[in-house]
Amino acid sequence: MKTSKRQAGFGSSLFELLSSMRFAIGLLTILAIASVVGTVLKQNEPYPNYAFEFGPFWFRVFETLGLYDVYHSGWFLVILAFLVLSTSLCITRNGPGFVKDMRAFRDKASNVSLAAMKHSIELEGRIAPEAVAGYLGREGFRFKVREREDGATLFAAKKGVANKLGYFFAHIALVVICIGGLIDGNLPLKLGELVGRVVPETRDIPQSQIPEQSRLSAGNLSFRGNVTIAENKSADVIFQNAGNGYLVQELPFIITLKKFYVDYYNNGMPKLFASDIIVTDKRTGKETPATVKVNHPLIVDGVAIYQASFGDGGSPLELKGWNLAQPAMAPVTLRGTSLATQPLKANGRDYQLEFGELRVFNIENMGGAQGDAKTFSERMHDAREVKHEKALKNVGPSISFKLRDAQGQAREYQQYMAPITQEGASYLISGVRSEVAKPFQFLRLPLDDDGKIDTFMRLRAALLNSALYDEIAARTTAKALQGQAISPAMQQQFQSSVKWVLARFAQGGFSALEQFLDERVPADKRQAVAQTYVKILQGAVVDVMDVAQAKAGLAPLPEDGKHYRFLLDGLVGVSALNDYGAPVFLQLTGFEQVQASGLQMTRSPGKNLVYFGSLMLVIGIILMFYVREVRLWVLCYGDRMRVAMSSNRHSRDLDSDFARHTESLNQLVRDA
Amino acid sequence: MELVHSYENPSLLKRLSAVDWGYALLVLAAAAYTYVLYGEMLDYYEKAILAGASLGLVAMGWFWKPWRAFFPASGLLALGGISLYHGDLARGQSAFWLKYALSSQSAIMWMCTLFFLATAMFWAGLIRRSDTLQKLGSGLTWSAALMGLTGMFVRWYESYLIGSDVGHIPVSNLYEVFVLFCLITALMYLYYEAKFAARQVGAFVLLVITAAVGFILWYSFDRQAHEIQPLIPALQSWWMKIHVPANFVGYGSFALSAMLGIAELLVLRDAKRAELAGGEAQPGWFARRLPAADVIDEMMYKAITVGFLFFTIATILGAMWAADAWGGYWSWDPKETWALIVWLNYAAWLHIRLVKGWRGEPLAWWAVIGIVVTSFAFLGVNMFLSGLHSYGGL
Repeated sequence: MKTSKRQAGFGSSLFELLSSMRFAIGLLTILAIASVVGTVLKQNEPYPNYAFEFGPFWFRVFETLGLYDVYHSGWFLVILAFLVLSTSLCITRNGPGFVKDMRAFRDKASNVSLAAMKHSIELEGRIAPEAVAGYLGREGFRFKVREREDGATLFAAKKGVANKLGYFFAHIALVVICIGGLIDGNLPLKLGELVGRVVPETRDIPQSQIPEQSRLSAGNLSFRGNVTIAENKSADVIFQNAGNGYLVQELPFIITLKKFYVDYYNNGMPKLFASDIIVTDKRTGKETPATVKVNHPLIVDGVAIYQASFGDGGSPLELKGWNLAQPAMAPVTLRGTSLATQPLKANGRDYQLEFGELRVFNIENMGGAQGDAKTFSERMHDAREVKHEKALKNVGPSISFKLRDAQGQAREYQQYMAPITQEGASYLISGVRSEVAKPFQFLRLPLDDDGKIDTFMRLRAALLNSALYDEIAARTTAKALQGQAISPAMQQQFQSSVKWVLARFAQGGFSALEQFLDERVPADKRQAVAQTYVKILQGAVVDVMDVAQAKAGLAPLPEDGKHYRFLLDGLVGVSALNDYGAPVFLQLTGFEQVQASGLQMTRSPGKNLVYFGSLMLVIGIILMFYVREVRLWVLCYGDRMRVAMSSNRHSRDLDSDFARHTESLNQLVRDA
Repeated sequence: MELVHSYENPSLLKRLSAVDWGYALLVLAAAAYTYVLYGEMLDYYEKAILAGASLGLVAMGWFWKPWRAFFPASGLLALGGISLYHGDLARGQSAFWLKYALSSQSAIMWMCTLFFLATAMFWAGLIRRSDTLQKLGSGLTWSAALMGLTGMFVRWYESYLIGSDVGHIPVSNLYEVFVLFCLITALMYLYYEAKFAARQVGAFVLLVITAAVGFILWYSFDRQAHEIQPLIPALQSWWMKIHVPANFVGYGSFALSAMLGIAELLVLRDAKRAELAGGEAQPGWFARRLPAADVIDEMMYKAITVGFLFFTIATILGAMWAADAWGGYWSWDPKETWALIVWLNYAAWLHIRLVKGWRGEPLAWWAVIGIVVTSFAFLGVNMFLSGLHSYGGL
C-alpha cells in the first residue's frame, strides 16, 4: 500500500518533470548543443581519415560516441525521442484545460474578481441589454448572458480563442514532423545492425559478390544512397553509407545512362548538369526515358532520382611513353583506361600505373594581377561595374595518374594534352607531386615549330650523350674563337671546360653545377664562376641542338630569338626532369571520353507527413502570435455597470482596446 | 479569429481610403503588365509567385501605409534607371544619371552613404536630445532604403543585359543578400519606430546596418564581389525567390531585436544605478535619452515573433527546396543544422517569455547572444564549415 503510493508519487512527479517547461527548455538547449558537434566534425567521412586525424586512441573514443554520424547515433535519437515525449506530455497535460478554457465564457466571475482586474472600470448609467449584445456582436465577440440572482446581468464575452488552437497546432506539428522524420530515418537499419541481421560491407569488392547480409531488398520503406553509372552502362542498386562500410540497396528498376552532359555559360561557369537515362521496370519491363537535372529530379515508383555528381566513367586513353633513362630511344605507344590500373615495365623494373580521372575541361582563371596599383577613380569605376572580363580559359584535357614502384612508393602526375602558351611560346605542361597533400610542381617542356616535344627530346638525348661532347665542344670553341671571346691560347682549356660543364649538367642539371660551386669554389668567386658556367651552357646548347639535328638527318634550327629561347627553355626542362622521379614521361596523345553520372536516389514516405507538420507549425505560430485572446465582461446592475477586460498576454494593445471599448460603451449609455 | 491590426476599427474594408485602393490598383496593374510582357517566359511556379507577390504587396501597403509611397517610388526610380540603359549595359558608365545615381552599383553606394549619414544623425540626435536631428535620421534611413531597393531592382535588370541566360533575381550571393539584409532591417526598424514612437533607438539599430554596410563596401572595393555572376545549376530554381527573402526577414528581425536588447540593457543599467543611488539621483545618460525599458522590451518581443515566424517559414521552404535539389528535405547539412539551432534558440526565448513570463534583463541579454548564434548560422557556416549550402562563401 505504502510502496504503491510512493510509486504513484514517483510516477506523477516523473510525469510532472517530463511535461514541464524547464525540462522542455533544457531539451531544446541540449539538442542545440548536440547539433553543433556534427557541424564542426565532418560527418560520414571514410574512417581512415578520422583515424589519421585523431590518432588511434581518440579515434576509438569518438567512434564509440558515434561522433562520425552524430545525427543517427543512439544518444542523439534518444534526445529527439525525449523531445517528442516531452512535447506529447505537454499537450496531454495542458490540452484538456485549454479546451475547457476555450469553450468556457467565464460567466461565473464575481463582482469582486471583476473589480480586481487590472483593466476594470465602473461606469455610471443604464444601458439596455440588447444594446450591449448588439455592440459585442458588432465587435466580433462571442458571448453568454447570465441573469444573476442579485438582479444583475453579466455579459461574458470572448474573442480570439484560436490563439489556444495555435498552441495545439504548433506542438502537435512538432510531433508530426518528428514522426515523419523517423519514418524516413534509418532507425530500422540501425536495429537490424544491432541484432546482426544487417552487416555493412567494408571491402572493396564487385557489387555482385557482396553477401546477402549487406543487401537491402527493394521493398525497403525508406532509403537514400548513391550510384555512379558510366555512359551506356546500367545499375539496379545504390550504395548507402553505413558507419565504416556500406550497404547495397536493391532498386525496383534498372537505370541506364545514355548520356551525361554539361553546358557552360559564356564565362566558363557550368550552366547545366543533366543525364539522359532510361528507367526499366524490373517487373513489367516497361522503359521510361527521362532527363534528370539538378533541381529537377525524376520520381519513379516513389523513388526520387537526383543528379548528384559527375565524373569520368573510364575513358580509353592513348599515351606516348618516352623512356627517360634511354633518351635516344624512340617513344612507344601505350594504351590504357582512366580510373583503371595496369602494370608498366620500364628498364627492367615493375611499376603499377594507376590512372585517375580524365578531365576534358580544365577551366583556369588566367586573370592578371588585381588590386593595389589601382587609382581611386579606377576603383570607383570597378565598383560601378557589375560585369568584369575574366580571363577564364579552358586549358584542355588532362589525365592524372600515379606511378607506384615495387616498394609501394608512388608519385602522382598530371599531364595536360594541349599546348599552353606563355609569353608567346608553347609548352607541354606536366605536374608532379610526391604527397597528395602537396601542390603540384609543374614542369614546362618547350614545344617545337610543329607543336611537338620531339625536338626537345632530341636535345635532351644529345645533352646526355657524352659520345657527342667532343664534337660539340669543338664547335663551341671554334665559335668562341671566331667571335674573339677567347684567345687562341685558351682554346684547349676552354674546350675541356665545355665538356666538363656538359657532363656535369647531364649528371644532375643546374643543381649539380650549383652543388659543385658550393663544395669546391670559394664563396667570393662563386658568382663569377657560376656566370661563366651559364654562359658556356647557353653557348654550347646551340651546338648541342645542331649536332642532334645533324645526327637525326634534320636541318638545323634557325638562328633567331624564338629558337634561342626554345633552347634555353630546353635546358630548364632537361634540368627539371632530373627531379621528375619517373622512368618514363607519359604524354597524353588521345582519348575517347566516357562520362559517368552520379545519381542519388531516395525513397522518403515520411516527406508528406513532414510537410503537413510544417504547415501546421506555421499556422500554429501565426495563431499564437497574431491572434490575441481577449475576454470582456460587462456587468449591468441598476444605474451602474462594470466593464472589465483581460487577455492571456499583457500588451500595450490591451490598454488601448480597453480604452476604446469603455469609450464606446459610454457612448451607448449616452445615446440611450 | 482576427488579426491584431484590424482590431481598432470594426471592418478592414471600411478603413481603406481612396489612396489604398489606388495603390492596390497600381500594383495589380503593374503585375498584369508584367504578365503581358513576360508571361510566356514564366513557368507555372513563377506565375504563382508573381500573383502571390502582387497580393502580398497590396496587403503590405494596406497594413503599413508608408509602404504605399515607398514601393511605387522605388519602382519609379528603378524604371527610370532601366529606361536609360537602352539595352546596353555599357551605358552604366557613360549616361550621367546611371553613372552617378541609378545604375545598381551607384544606387547601392548611395544607400551605403545614406545609411552612414543616418547613423551619424541618429547619434547626434541622441546625444543632443534633438528630435529634429532624429527625424532627419529617419528621413535618411528612408532614403537609404529607397536607394537600396532601387539598386536591387536595377541590378535584376542589369543581370539580363549581361546575358539572357544570366539574368536572375539579385539574392544569389553574399553581396546581394547583404544589401537585402540592410534593406529589410532598415524597413522593419522604420515600421516599429513609427508604431512605438521610439525614434531614439534608431541610433542603436543603425549600428548593425552600418556594420553590414561596412562589409558591403569592403566586399565591393577589395573583392569585386558586386560582379553579377550567372547562377550555378543548384541555384536555378524558383525556390530561391522565396526562400532567401523569407530568411532575411528572419535575420533582419533578429539583428533588430539584438540591437534593441542592447538599448534595453543600457536603460536598465541606468535604472539600477539610480535605484542604488536612492531617490534623488538623476536618471542616467541613456535612461534620459532612450524610451522606457518596457517599450523597448515589447519592440524586441514583436521583432522576435516576426523573425521567428519568417525564419520558420524560410527553413521549411529551404527544406522543400533541398528535397528538390539535394535529394532530401533534411540532410543535417551544417547550414540546415545551424538553422535548427537558431530556431531552437528563439523557440526557447519565446517559451521563457510567454510561459514563464520573464522580462527585462535576462531576455535582453539572450537576444544579444541570439544574434551571435544567428550570425554564425548566416556567415560562420559559410566561412568555417563546408557543406552543400556553399553559395555565399567569402
